Amino acid sequence: MSAVPSGTPARADPVRCGPGTDRRGAGAPGPGGAGQLPDGLVAVVKRDCPTCVLVEPVLRGLGAAVWCQDDPTWFDHDDTALELSYRLDVETVPTLLRIEDGVETARTVGWSREQWEALTGVAGLGEGLPEHRPGCGSLSVDPARIDALEARYGGSGLASRRIELADLEDEHEALFDRGWTDGLPVVPPTPERVLRMLRGTTRDPGEVVAVVPPDLVPCTVEKVAVNAVLAGCLPEYLPVVLAALEAACAEEFALHGVLATTHFAGPVVVVNGPVAARIGMNSGVNALGQGNRANATIGRALQLVVRNVGGGRPGEVDRATLGNPGKTTFCFAERERDSPFAPLAADRGVPGDAVTVFAGSGVQPVVDQLSRDAGSLARSFAACLRVNAHPKLPMAFDAMLVVSPEHGRVLREAGWDRARLLAELDGLLRLPAGELARGAGGMAEGLPPGVAADEVPKFRPGGLLMTHAGGDAGLFSAIVGGWVGGEMGSTPVTREVRA
Amino acid sequence: MRTVLDPTGERRAPERPLLPRPASLQGRSVGLLDISKARGDVVLDRLAELLGEHGATVRRYRKPTFARVAPVDLRQEITEHCEVVIEALAD
Repeated sequence: MSAVPSGTPARADPVRCGPGTDRRGAGAPGPGGAGQLPDGLVAVVKRDCPTCVLVEPVLRGLGAAVWCQDDPTWFDHDDTALELSYRLDVETVPTLLRIEDGVETARTVGWSREQWEALTGVAGLGEGLPEHRPGCGSLSVDPARIDALEARYGGSGLASRRIELADLEDEHEALFDRGWTDGLPVVPPTPERVLRMLRGTTRDPGEVVAVVPPDLVPCTVEKVAVNAVLAGCLPEYLPVVLAALEAACAEEFALHGVLATTHFAGPVVVVNGPVAARIGMNSGVNALGQGNRANATIGRALQLVVRNVGGGRPGEVDRATLGNPGKTTFCFAERERDSPFAPLAADRGVPGDAVTVFAGSGVQPVVDQLSRDAGSLARSFAACLRVNAHPKLPMAFDAMLVVSPEHGRVLREAGWDRARLLAELDGLLRLPAGELARGAGGMAEGLPPGVAADEVPKFRPGGLLMTHAGGDAGLFSAIVGGWVGGEMGSTPVTREVRA
Repeated sequence: MRTVLDPTGERRAPERPLLPRPASLQGRSVGLLDISKARGDVVLDRLAELLGEHGATVRRYRKPTFARVAPVDLRQEITEHCEVVIEALAD
């Protein structure tokens, strides 16, 4: 790991500790007083390092200006803030430098009599010491400290506006007060947390990921990272959040409409591929429920981007009559193991790591504990799917059927894949036009007179998604009711998850 | 002092004032935009009748779907041809 952000010159710019860059307290001696390293020999050491202790008499004998990382009393200079170590890109202690006219002209690390003599021009150094002793790791490259150092000294390249919270402000209340949360507490997006989050992707922080409705704001990788921190994501989740945002902001998903509608819907994220297990997502017991950090925070991060970057807030552009609990977060992984189906994303043309977003509206249970043949189970599915949105409304609202492993086993043992089940359901979900007409069954809702032929399919082509998830036990599946589908509304979108 | 990064788009949508309300609709061009919600035509048909009685010239427009924002061309056309617009949302 480099102590310096990529793209930032390290050794090539040895006077980065020049005027104006020393932010340590007034009592701390700055390098060289004028902010420049003193000419001559300069060393950085750590008292906890046996090699540094070994070379102490050598350094004192040479009269070197020595900065110590962990004990401000050991030598004349204090680098316990690690600023100098960070700016000099010190990776190993001891590091010995030769400075001429404020510029580093030579450097050696660890102890090597030959190299120290060459650098200093002094013969017979370290009498009684071994010829060679490797150094220790610099505190400035300690993984636990590097993000904070980069945020403080690194010219981190973060473009987001920095907001100073007053000392008397409770930081969690401060974030609520600024309107940045979904009603639950969020993790304060400090620069070091955002930098750490950005390590989860190789993409440039300035790259625009998507143009986010409703305000149509170009959203960078960095802004996604800020919101992923708020949501509680780990850095390794970031690529999935980025892919979910790309998918949700694709034109055919119609996110503006999904947000603005009085209907219940919000984005439901289904994750496929090895990435799901790698980042610890849940596709098993309670897959649609609480308790898994990746599931919970990836869906939440997407919604926070829509809220904070896109400006989509409930009661403003979001006009949902009731909404649904999944508008806080709704994200799960498909259970690809022992599934009767090919992975959902692969069936939609994106094999491997991918996300699929669907405009979904909460969970409707399907209970069938007796069907042991696929035909019977399909009829149960059809009967439950028929009431999606309203039993008399065909071709309008999409749905996602989440088949559980025990139901999946029935299909698998019958050799039914996704296409076969879809074909069976298509046959079972042809609704007689007479039952759908306005007024039929004593219900005003329904199709206007004259628009339906003899039979009408319940779902538009492509309007019924199927996925596989859940725990081993339970002859239950789930229907996630959808919004208006297809060109008139939202089309599900699948996108690759890129590192 | 703790520092956090702004999670918003750091933009504010421009606020444009509404045009002044016309004193009379006599001779004005009034656009009626049907957003394709069920029965939106019912209210717009009646409005068209009433507007005609007030001497307004009524122009009818329709979004392809209520689920998406109006196409740019449609917005442009309405802007060029209408002095007043009424949009029907309702079911």
